[in-house]
Amino acid sequence: MRASAMADAVDTAPRHESAHLHVSGQALYADDIALPADALHAAFGISAIAHGHIRTLDLAPVLASPNVSSVAVASDIPGENNYGSVLHDDPIFADGLVQYAGQPLFAVAARSHGAARKAARQARVDYQPLPAILDIRAALAAHSFVLPTERLVRGNPDEILALAPRRARGTVIIGGQDHFYLEGQIAIALPQEDGTMLVHSSTQHPSEVQQLVAHALARHAHDVTVQCRRMGGGFGGKETQPALIAAAAAVLAHKTGRPVKLRVDRDTDMLMTGKRHDFLAEYDVGFDDTGRVLALRIMLASRCGYSADLSGPVNDRALMHLDNAYFLEHVEIISHRCKTHTVSNTAFRGFGGPQGMLVIEQIIDHIARTLGTDALAVRQRNFYGTDCRNVTHYGQTVEDNVIHKIVERLAADAHYAQRRRQIGAWNAASPIIKRGLALTPVKFGISFTSTAFNQAGALLHVYSDGTVLLNHGGTEMGQGLFTKIAQVVAAELGLPLAAIRVSATDTAKVPNTSASAASSSSDLNGKAAQAAAQTIRQRLVQHACDSYGAEAQQVRFQEGRVLIGERSVSFGELVENAYRARISLSSTGYYRTPKIQWDKAAMRGRPFFYFAYGAAVSEVAVDCLSGETQLLRVDILHDAGTPLNSAIDLGQTEGGFLQGVGWLTSEELWWNDDGELRTHAPSTYKIPTARDWPAEATVRLLDCEPNREDTIYRSKAVGEPPLMLAISVLHAIRDAVASCGAAGALPELPAPATPEAVLRAIGGIRRGAGA
Amino acid sequence: MTAGVPQSASNIIRFLLDGEQVSASGLPPTMTVLEYLREVAHRTGTKEGCAEGDCGACTVVLGELAPDGTRVGYRAVNSCIRLLPTIDGQDLVTVESLQARDGPLHPVQQAMVDHHGSQCGFCTPGFVMSLFALYLHNPSPAREQVLEALAGNLCRCTGYRPIIDAGMRMGGYPTPANWSREAAYSSARLAALRALRRTQSLKFPGFRAPRSCDELAAAFEADPGAVLLAGGTDIGLWVTQQLRELPSIIYIGEVAELKCIRSDAAGIMIGAAVPLTEGWGAIVAAYPQLAELAQRFGSPPVRNSGTLCGNIANGSPIGDAMPVLIALGAEIELRRGSHTRRLPLDQFYLGYQRKDLASAEFITAVVVPAPQAGRRVASYKVSKRFDQDISAVCAAFAVDQQGDRVSFARIAFGGLAAIPARARATEAALTGRPWNLDSIETAAAALTEDFRPLTDLRASSAYRLQAAGNLLRRFYFESGGVANAVRTAEVVASAR
Repeated sequence: MRASAMADAVDTAPRHESAHLHVSGQALYADDIALPADALHAAFGISAIAHGHIRTLDLAPVLASPNVSSVAVASDIPGENNYGSVLHDDPIFADGLVQYAGQPLFAVAARSHGAARKAARQARVDYQPLPAILDIRAALAAHSFVLPTERLVRGNPDEILALAPRRARGTVIIGGQDHFYLEGQIAIALPQEDGTMLVHSSTQHPSEVQQLVAHALARHAHDVTVQCRRMGGGFGGKETQPALIAAAAAVLAHKTGRPVKLRVDRDTDMLMTGKRHDFLAEYDVGFDDTGRVLALRIMLASRCGYSADLSGPVNDRALMHLDNAYFLEHVEIISHRCKTHTVSNTAFRGFGGPQGMLVIEQIIDHIARTLGTDALAVRQRNFYGTDCRNVTHYGQTVEDNVIHKIVERLAADAHYAQRRRQIGAWNAASPIIKRGLALTPVKFGISFTSTAFNQAGALLHVYSDGTVLLNHGGTEMGQGLFTKIAQVVAAELGLPLAAIRVSATDTAKVPNTSASAASSSSDLNGKAAQAAAQTIRQRLVQHACDSYGAEAQQVRFQEGRVLIGERSVSFGELVENAYRARISLSSTGYYRTPKIQWDKAAMRGRPFFYFAYGAAVSEVAVDCLSGETQLLRVDILHDAGTPLNSAIDLGQTEGGFLQGVGWLTSEELWWNDDGELRTHAPSTYKIPTARDWPAEATVRLLDCEPNREDTIYRSKAVGEPPLMLAISVLHAIRDAVASCGAAGALPELPAPATPEAVLRAIGGIRRGAGA
Repeated sequence: MTAGVPQSASNIIRFLLDGEQVSASGLPPTMTVLEYLREVAHRTGTKEGCAEGDCGACTVVLGELAPDGTRVGYRAVNSCIRLLPTIDGQDLVTVESLQARDGPLHPVQQAMVDHHGSQCGFCTPGFVMSLFALYLHNPSPAREQVLEALAGNLCRCTGYRPIIDAGMRMGGYPTPANWSREAAYSSARLAALRALRRTQSLKFPGFRAPRSCDELAAAFEADPGAVLLAGGTDIGLWVTQQLRELPSIIYIGEVAELKCIRSDAAGIMIGAAVPLTEGWGAIVAAYPQLAELAQRFGSPPVRNSGTLCGNIANGSPIGDAMPVLIALGAEIELRRGSHTRRLPLDQFYLGYQRKDLASAEFITAVVVPAPQAGRRVASYKVSKRFDQDISAVCAAFAVDQQGDRVSFARIAFGGLAAIPARARATEAALTGRPWNLDSIETAAAALTEDFRPLTDLRASSAYRLQAAGNLLRRFYFESGGVANAVRTAEVVASAR
């Protein structure tokens, strides 16, 4: 019965529920909400230095600026001066001590956005500078950490390493990444009656904004309502960071009694908000002549910035994804969480996973080049088995392994072997333009590693005209979540998609929500919405049975109608009758992910409900004169289980891939020696453009592979995993660089592989070849 | 509009929006078109993504009457850095304009929907408008034309593939009720724009837009502290990024003489108010090998507003026009009051942000010499991203050969010094030598005498010098020094 309705919802690929609004400029973002006439506009004043004490903070010139109404500093915060969600170590406004260049010191409210920005620059701040630790190596040398170092060991790595027939050591350097959501951070705080506050926030985590705003105002959760209809992109950058913006707006709104909008301009946003963690890794690997990894020791260190933020779970996930798709029998991983006087790094699509996977992929490449074997063969040699060699280094059995199948199919479809030979021939004859080719796999664990977050709620109303309003705990940031959840409800109630409206995420409707993060939003909220819809459906079935004397199994919902035995009534008619019969037409739905458990102290358990898989083959051309690179072709095969919406899932796959390409090629975060970020706008920080999408691209979803676990319609999460398909591009560039050197020579290529980094690597491998 | 003031009043900005004439007055002269749309007109479809013309979320289309009044040309611009008074007399088209009220979506919009071209949707209005400008010129573009049109629009969600597809398919939809190509170029629209033509210059406190060179020269002499504004792609940032309070503005975009391009046997004279799109177009017509440089200069919206002479007057050490103009031996024409003079471009730059420019003196045109028979000319830029990026190094070469010897070499670089500058030691090392790799190596080694580049966010000093030398090598290789591919753009993916 429902199978066909589900099939309709799944097989078709309805467009994004807001597409018609996006293209016509009618989709409302926070900045587009009409404000009351007395509203104020706020701007942050930020620290000019990386580390130091504030001797004096003279805001008289700020207050004297034209059209200024008020300023707020740490002492204006009625409650807690903190927006840190894990450790309470993120002050809303620096109080005496500044710990990064760009840290908020105060906020000013004025009659216009421009007046506030101008006024914010008028502050006279006298700093007493302190020595600043700016990068990972300096932090390691100083033992400067935001959180204790973690260590995960399986087997006997030391013993096996000592016995290994072959051994390799190396360093992996991985840069950070700015989210560059097109819509910058923004919040609007509107004081309501009795000290309560309504906040419009561009946030992936309304409940956390609610809680932290309440704490800042010395109020309770029920005093603050947070709403978010949509974000103009999030990518993890709006998981913890929006609480800062919302709290500052709320403090000013509380102080002035007037609505306050705080829209952070692009440059301030990039200076002030956290990014993807940059990592440094050192490895020592033992392997055999076939390329199989026997033992591995790894030191991982990440730049967390001045505070903990989400660095604990980010680094945990890096550690847990160090295996990628490979069985590591004897392994030791040390994970340092470095404290630096730079912006506090945060969640970003992949959440540490990409960095962990980049490390093992370089190790595999190192082994392959040492042995003179194609890296793909070494990768396949080390894949998790399906029956044995299938337990991860943290103790989870990989039960759903499809990587063999994906890689075999992709390598065949993309003609990997033939192209490998062709490229070898080309490179032998072409001194200036070199080509490179690489296939890399992805295996990514799905669930929040903090088990408690794996729950969700939904609230579903059916109105007496037969239309449905749905609310759930997830947020829409462009990933198509609202569309997918509407599809689920439509399928459950046998309604056309147009009968379902998903309303803005609202802490007053569904409480205690988890962030829309960890790729889990459709898994969690889809199931919660399904539960709510099933409750309503059961009530309607019961009512139909009572009214028409039918048996429950004779009642079917399809195409907007309800078939009751021989009779057919419209959904609206049945609902109207149910209303008159005083049947509740509103229901909550709730879901918690089964099977998962995680022992944080022991670093063992089953943190993930399942894994999502994929693989990509990329081919690049490298200009050995300038170091410039061009992605010529990509072939992708990605596992989305049974897709909830194949168009949306394809969009996530392509978009995630190119975002990863940006991270690993053109997106360079550059700080000067004083710890000032100098790439804080699109003029200096270069995300991919349309031309960077390769001229030849074949991107497909794996078909006929339903999720083995009981997820919503057997789909798989697809938000984060495709980003890591881009590792194939970095490795294709490595491959091209390697072709400049002698056989077996190793490229020293960091990420991002900017033209400068590539040219340096070419120079290095050529010198190595000449030596 | 204030009662009693005649409609042609010189102090009211007038433009078309959705077929209606809009009059705006009493606004600050530095108000951007984006601010006007969002804050004054409450049309919030147009978005601010960066306020510096680099992300394209703010893209709108302007229709402008040709000087002879017989045609209208449409072009995408960045509304975030375009000052409102500079759209006087034009047709402003925003994302809200395209769909007829209660009607179907415009083909550009429907193609974006059908190809799943939006995810978060924030960049989408800008993409729609860049595609709409392309649609008016060419509704069925090839992939490359779509890529060029979208070079100034950033999307962080989609990976662009569906947007490129939408652009390539938008011509396949039925003719729309609103903003069809026929309607865009109709006599009615032409008449509506003609009705906005001025006889008097637009002038209000803090802003004036002279209509002749004489009026401009006189106005500047009377107010030498004024800022001369052309396309505003740099000055717009003084307003939106540096938050500077500008002195009075003299806008040169209405000076008819400065909007001309004149070509003769000696060369091409490009007026100071000619947008980069046309300026580069004229140069590339004479020097086809500069097409890639022209294409990589800013982005279409930037080139549609900004001017070549503005790039010259700004004189940034990383501006991409100067190296090639210097190598070509371009001259600039300057005017102060009634006095005019010509100056070789390489003599214009005296030091960082210092120029041979007197008070109240301004550039009226740049004169680019016609190609000389046998002269090899090339210019290359290196940056982190192909499209719309600022050069780490930009190189330009002009070399003559007599027999097997180099008889003339003019070589200029951007990104290596405080000003765009000639590499005189490198030139000397090459001149008189045979045209072979040895000579090139000798000349490349001389670059260290010419330049001590900085290390900054775009590149290190060492990379800049190495890349500069390699660009000289590339110039040699492209002149027939090697048989193999020398550019990544020449290769396609390996086939089966």
